[in-house]
Amino acid sequence: MNPTRQRRLTIVLAILAAVIVAAALVVYALQQNMNYLFTPSQVQAGEATSYKTFRLGGMVKADSIQRSNDSLKVTFTVVDAGGAMPVEYTGILPDLFRENQSVIATGHMDGARFIATEVLAKHDETYMPKELKDAMAKAHAGKHIDEAANQDKQQL
Amino acid sequence: MANWIPLWLHKLSSPPVFYRFAGTLRPWAIALALVLGLVALYGGLVLAPPDYQQGDDYRIIFIHVPCAWMGLFIYGVMGVAAFIALVWRIKLAEVVAMASAPIGAAFTFITLVTGSLWGIRMWGTWWTWDARLTSELVLLFLYLGVIALYHSFEDRRQGARTAAFLALIGVVNLPIVHFSVVWWNTLHQGSTIKLLGPSTIAPSMVWPLLTMVVATKLYYVASLCSRVRADLLSLEAGKDWVRQIAENEVRG
Repeated sequence: MNPTRQRRLTIVLAILAAVIVAAALVVYALQQNMNYLFTPSQVQAGEATSYKTFRLGGMVKADSIQRSNDSLKVTFTVVDAGGAMPVEYTGILPDLFRENQSVIATGHMDGARFIATEVLAKHDETYMPKELKDAMAKAHAGKHIDEAANQDKQQL
Repeated sequence: MANWIPLWLHKLSSPPVFYRFAGTLRPWAIALALVLGLVALYGGLVLAPPDYQQGDDYRIIFIHVPCAWMGLFIYGVMGVAAFIALVWRIKLAEVVAMASAPIGAAFTFITLVTGSLWGIRMWGTWWTWDARLTSELVLLFLYLGVIALYHSFEDRRQGARTAAFLALIGVVNLPIVHFSVVWWNTLHQGSTIKLLGPSTIAPSMVWPLLTMVVATKLYYVASLCSRVRADLLSLEAGKDWVRQIAENEVRG
């Protein structure tokens, strides 16, 4: 490689390295405070107190959805591994909204309740036909029964 | 010592040789892209079963995901070509980098539009400022910036080298787009197709997706061939090989 190209190569590589380091530092810094949402346990730990409005993310607890008879008001509980948060929302919910579905609600705290102004449904990256899902659910349920039976045996 | 590969590449980087090579490659690439694209569309829209939770709405994945990958892939190609152009000043590398930008911008635009359409149906919103969506928008702006910078110079080679610099710096956005769903809490779901570990998509759905991935790659090859050929002709205008082609055209 001739000296001119060598020099160009060094300059380009040096600038590229500098940009990568800068980007890595920015990404690292943003990781602390660029979270799209807070989970119920994070909110209860007081991590969201500096925000007037924020996004709350988690799973809709089973049997917690209560719809009002005369308005679009709906209340439900959002849970994560270590916390639960009652949510109140007035409006139309996305099609995917249902029990045990991940949702992201934007809104503010009112006492211990979260008043949402927007509720979005989050879906996972799994795609499969309905028949396969049903078969897997059945197999899963069967496994639970087997495990329970095994435990019984052990106790005996 | 097999030194025919570097020799062949060196030969290929000469404009008249590449002009002929791209001319032969282009019809094959476009034909295969069309056939595979139609097969993938039929497989995705007709043969693949509906999804267990998203029903038929998930079928936009067969456009959205291949286009998103092309947006990243083409930027990668553009980055490598820009690097070669900056260090070795090879004319063909400059042309390839600059011809890739509009194709990549188009794929990124399609990704954002199809993502929006999918988002309103599934999430309940057209747009949200989460890390994945924002970094993908930055990718589109990088493409547009490269195109604008290239065209803002009177001298095209000067413009190509300046824009190549921006293209090269923008490469840092690629891992950010890819890992945004891992590094941050996002509304966008994680990656379905994983190179390491099992993919979370049924085999009946994955084959149309991968077929479309190949089809979009071939479309890019075909589109790049015709763009590079046109750019080479206008850059080398006045040279013997171009004059010969022009004379043959007139006689033919």
